[in-house]
Amino acid sequence: MSASEHRRPAAGTILELDRVTKEYPGSPPVRALDEVSVAVTAGELVAVVGPSGSGKSTLLHLMGTLDRPSSGTVRVTGLDVARMSDRQVSALRADRIGFVFQQFFLAEHQTVLANVADGLLYAGVGRAARRRLADDALDRVGLAQKAAARPTQLSGGERQRVAIARAIAGRPPVVLADEPTGNLDSATGAALLDLLEELNADGATIIVITHDHAVAARMRRRIEVLDGRIVADTGPATAASGAGPAREGRS
Amino acid sequence: MTVTSAPAPARLRPADLAGLASVGLRTRKLRAALSALGIAIGVAAIVAVLGLASSSQAGLLAEIAQLGTNLLTVTNGTSLSGQPAELPDAAPGMVGQLPGVTAVQYTGAVGAPVYRSPLIPPIDTDGLSVQAASLGLPAVAGTSVAQGSYLNAATAGEPVAVLGHEAAQLMGIDRIWPGMRIWVGGQWFYLAGILNPAALAPQLDTSVLVGFPAAERYLGFDGHPSELYVRAVNTQAATTRVDNLLAAQANPEFPDQVTVSQPSQALTVQADAAGAFDTLFLGLGVVALLVGAVGVANIMIISVLERRQEIGLRRALGATRGQIRAQFLAEAILLALAGGAAGDVAGAAATVSYAHAKGWAIVIPPEAWAGGLGAALLIGALAGLLPAIRAARLSPTEALWTL
Repeated sequence: MSASEHRRPAAGTILELDRVTKEYPGSPPVRALDEVSVAVTAGELVAVVGPSGSGKSTLLHLMGTLDRPSSGTVRVTGLDVARMSDRQVSALRADRIGFVFQQFFLAEHQTVLANVADGLLYAGVGRAARRRLADDALDRVGLAQKAAARPTQLSGGERQRVAIARAIAGRPPVVLADEPTGNLDSATGAALLDLLEELNADGATIIVITHDHAVAARMRRRIEVLDGRIVADTGPATAASGAGPAREGRS
Repeated sequence: MTVTSAPAPARLRPADLAGLASVGLRTRKLRAALSALGIAIGVAAIVAVLGLASSSQAGLLAEIAQLGTNLLTVTNGTSLSGQPAELPDAAPGMVGQLPGVTAVQYTGAVGAPVYRSPLIPPIDTDGLSVQAASLGLPAVAGTSVAQGSYLNAATAGEPVAVLGHEAAQLMGIDRIWPGMRIWVGGQWFYLAGILNPAALAPQLDTSVLVGFPAAERYLGFDGHPSELYVRAVNTQAATTRVDNLLAAQANPEFPDQVTVSQPSQALTVQADAAGAFDTLFLGLGVVALLVGAVGVANIMIISVLERRQEIGLRRALGATRGQIRAQFLAEAILLALAGGAAGDVAGAAATVSYAHAKGWAIVIPPEAWAGGLGAALLIGALAGLLPAIRAARLSPTEALWTL
């Protein structure tokens, strides 16, 4: 088994699940993930693909430290989540993980800029610095001119770009995107995937969870999940394209 | 970039917390206003009750100060045998010689009945009494002439009367016409004038005043003064000194048959009573505050339910449980404080307009408005505690993915 290899994080490994099992209580208990092991290297662009109920959402929760495994080890940037308090895990999310959700989750009463800046509220960044980083992030997703608009004045694709800007504003080592194109039409979805590729080329490690094989097909690495197990993994891309830009991305 | 030490959560800056606390208020203005209304009404009621009590007290005290606290009265008490004692005829003159006394005036109880006309049944006295009065009485007793004129050296010897304020009302006389007369001791007395209310000497209000010579000539009066009105030098010390010497000076033979009093003291006690707040309204204010607290708690619980996704998002963005708790607690406190501030303004406005209409000085005791705000703060904290704890207890996944 590859399990023994995953005990120690390989150089550049940024996110690591080692024989992770997640059971939800019930009679009988529901086993959403069954001894899953996977490692993501800095700079990768990964798709986790699987049908509804396959366990990919549970995988996202565990990768994002939003939930804890029933057994097994989750390491984010080398830190074992099981050994950390809830406060420390919260701080880990604030500093090192960016989230993009299918429903965007933008605050409608705030401007686009304030929405993005609020993503850094819990990372200990001062107000002025938050706005500067938010400006920068909006520029990177191509929405600099909409900074003063309200989310309600934007199209679906633009809203998701705002959500992406919020996720990357602090340049976290890992960005998790949960069905980012799920609420978008196919042309807008394609443009959004272009953006994710650009950001990845810029150095961001991005993991996209999707049920859509067409979306997954555009990613360099694909992990297929079915019935709580990984049934296929194209494996990390070559070292040249993987590890290189990652350092630059978190400078 | 591998970091081996666990990260510590960053503290929320006070300004950021304030911004977070106002999210619910800014996005749901009407609901926030309605839920703060209960607290606003409660605080307004409390502030208004305390403010009106203080203002009416201040009004009375101002009135007393204007009338003067240096008036002393000397009345005949009772002798050992229980008979009404009489003041010596020389009492006014002797009191006038006391150092510190600036003026002495006096009245004598005549004991004659008085009616509007001879047609009034003798039983309808209206509680009025006839008093012989000295010529400078109104100014010293703290009153003045409202209608017509007071007695003078000429009219004091003639059948002429002046009515106290209430006596005039009871007789149905509100204006003096030439030739107007009343039936005093079985004969007609012409009316010269009507006095204003005498707050320091209310016994004059129900009196019909005639001159000493007229009383002796027409009404069989013996000429003994029964009450002395004494003004001392207007300082507390001088008034007290005169007060102490007055009994012996007025009746050296039987000083214990003399009663000396300071009418302003009775009014001051009355003012203190007016300053005591209305317990009923205060109780209603407290009830309104409690209802307001329930309203705030209710709205916060609903808010937490509605904003699960926001809570989940904030947890995903890295908020700790404590930071979520602080946000909702601060929101409840802010809501209650807004209600408290509105209540303070409303209560103060009510006090100002009522006191202004009454001509009182406007007094809003600091403990009233500060207490109102403090109560609102406490209520917000108590009402927000449970909802805030609930919000913090939500796990990020159940907050984000359950609707």
